[in-house]
Amino acid sequence: MHPFIYHRPANVNDAVTLAAKGPDHKLLAGGQSLVQAMKLRLSSPSDVIDLGSIKDLSGIKASGSEVTIGAMTRHAEVEKSPEVRKAIPALAALAGQIGDRQVRAMGTLGGALANNDPAADYPAAVLGLGATIVTNKRRIPADEFFKGLFETALAQGELITSVVFPVPKRAAYTKFKNQASRFAIVGVFVAESSSGVRVAVTGAGPCVFRQKDMEKALAAKFSPESVAGVKQAASGLNSDLHAGAEYRAHLVTVMAKRAVENALK
Amino acid sequence: MAVRVSFKVNGKSVSSEVEERTLLVSLIRDTLRLTGTHVGCDTAQCGACTVMMNGRAVKSCSMLAMQAEGAEITTIEGVAKPDGTLHPMQAAFKEHHGLQCGFCTPGMVINAIDFAKGNPNPTEQDVREALEGNLCRCTGYHNIVKSIMAGAKAMAAAK
Repeated sequence: MHPFIYHRPANVNDAVTLAAKGPDHKLLAGGQSLVQAMKLRLSSPSDVIDLGSIKDLSGIKASGSEVTIGAMTRHAEVEKSPEVRKAIPALAALAGQIGDRQVRAMGTLGGALANNDPAADYPAAVLGLGATIVTNKRRIPADEFFKGLFETALAQGELITSVVFPVPKRAAYTKFKNQASRFAIVGVFVAESSSGVRVAVTGAGPCVFRQKDMEKALAAKFSPESVAGVKQAASGLNSDLHAGAEYRAHLVTVMAKRAVENALK
Repeated sequence: MAVRVSFKVNGKSVSSEVEERTLLVSLIRDTLRLTGTHVGCDTAQCGACTVMMNGRAVKSCSMLAMQAEGAEITTIEGVAKPDGTLHPMQAAFKEHHGLQCGFCTPGMVINAIDFAKGNPNPTEQDVREALEGNLCRCTGYHNIVKSIMAGAKAMAAAK
């Protein structure tokens, strides 16, 4: 790991002032991706800004219609939260499938979203539920947040403070995981709410995306049969040693069908 | 440049000057000389570096020492009683032969203790899922799973 200057700001204002200084100033949340990337010298920030001491970035609040989760809330806390389990059980279940239990004890919601790994689980829930990402500057709808491979709408010096998840009528997340890393080879999040049906796919492409053909089919009838015949095009999907694009495309339909089955249980 | 980090390890306060980029596992092993915590893969896959931080099992190769500021850390050296009496989870690993070379064992035991606190009577499936972040390269997992199932019950009984 290359040397860097370490900062531990006590509040959001100090953190964003430091982060605004330039792209070499990196925000450190749980560190489960960043620290490993720094060890491999894939990332060599001049300054690391540790958010670990900013208490008001953590916590879960549920009202009848939405669940608000602080950016520094650990995956393990979301997984075990009685409020999340009651309001959006699919979200708690998704959090419980990220990495392994040691990683879940450190990794955070905000960190996962800001990193936007193409195979991460949380982006599927955020896009699938139509959540709102709240930053120190503005509120960003999920549809405008995920821009591409490891790319988001966040500007330099902009910090996610919380995410607001609307409570759906029903939802489920099903993933075909890489057996070694537990990252999603393909993960599909389906949600039905009063505003319609959303289907978000992670792992398959360079960035999480909505499968609108499936959304249309499920809006007509929310059943596994509705998506069973909807094919995902393979062009533009990821091909790597774990799975080719054609196989990933096939998995999108299979995972969507299972997610709908699970949502109806 | 050096920075100071202070936390508790196995009940004792420690304060150390470290380079900013020092990993928690390096501080534990190289500075504090608590070499029971191992470095296996050094990429967050194997779990040999697992320690307890504020009651939760975490991978000490995947965090900066500075992230442990103010925390309470327990390493494998702090698990048994001061008189040498094994922790019920350690005793279960011994009883059920849950180790062969022993390299992965400290991380297995620490993770198992954290897991068992919330799962006093786990199923085999629960235990296998809880071990996703711990790799053993010699015994396979059969006896480790048996050890953790027995250790969890023993921990619940000892409460």
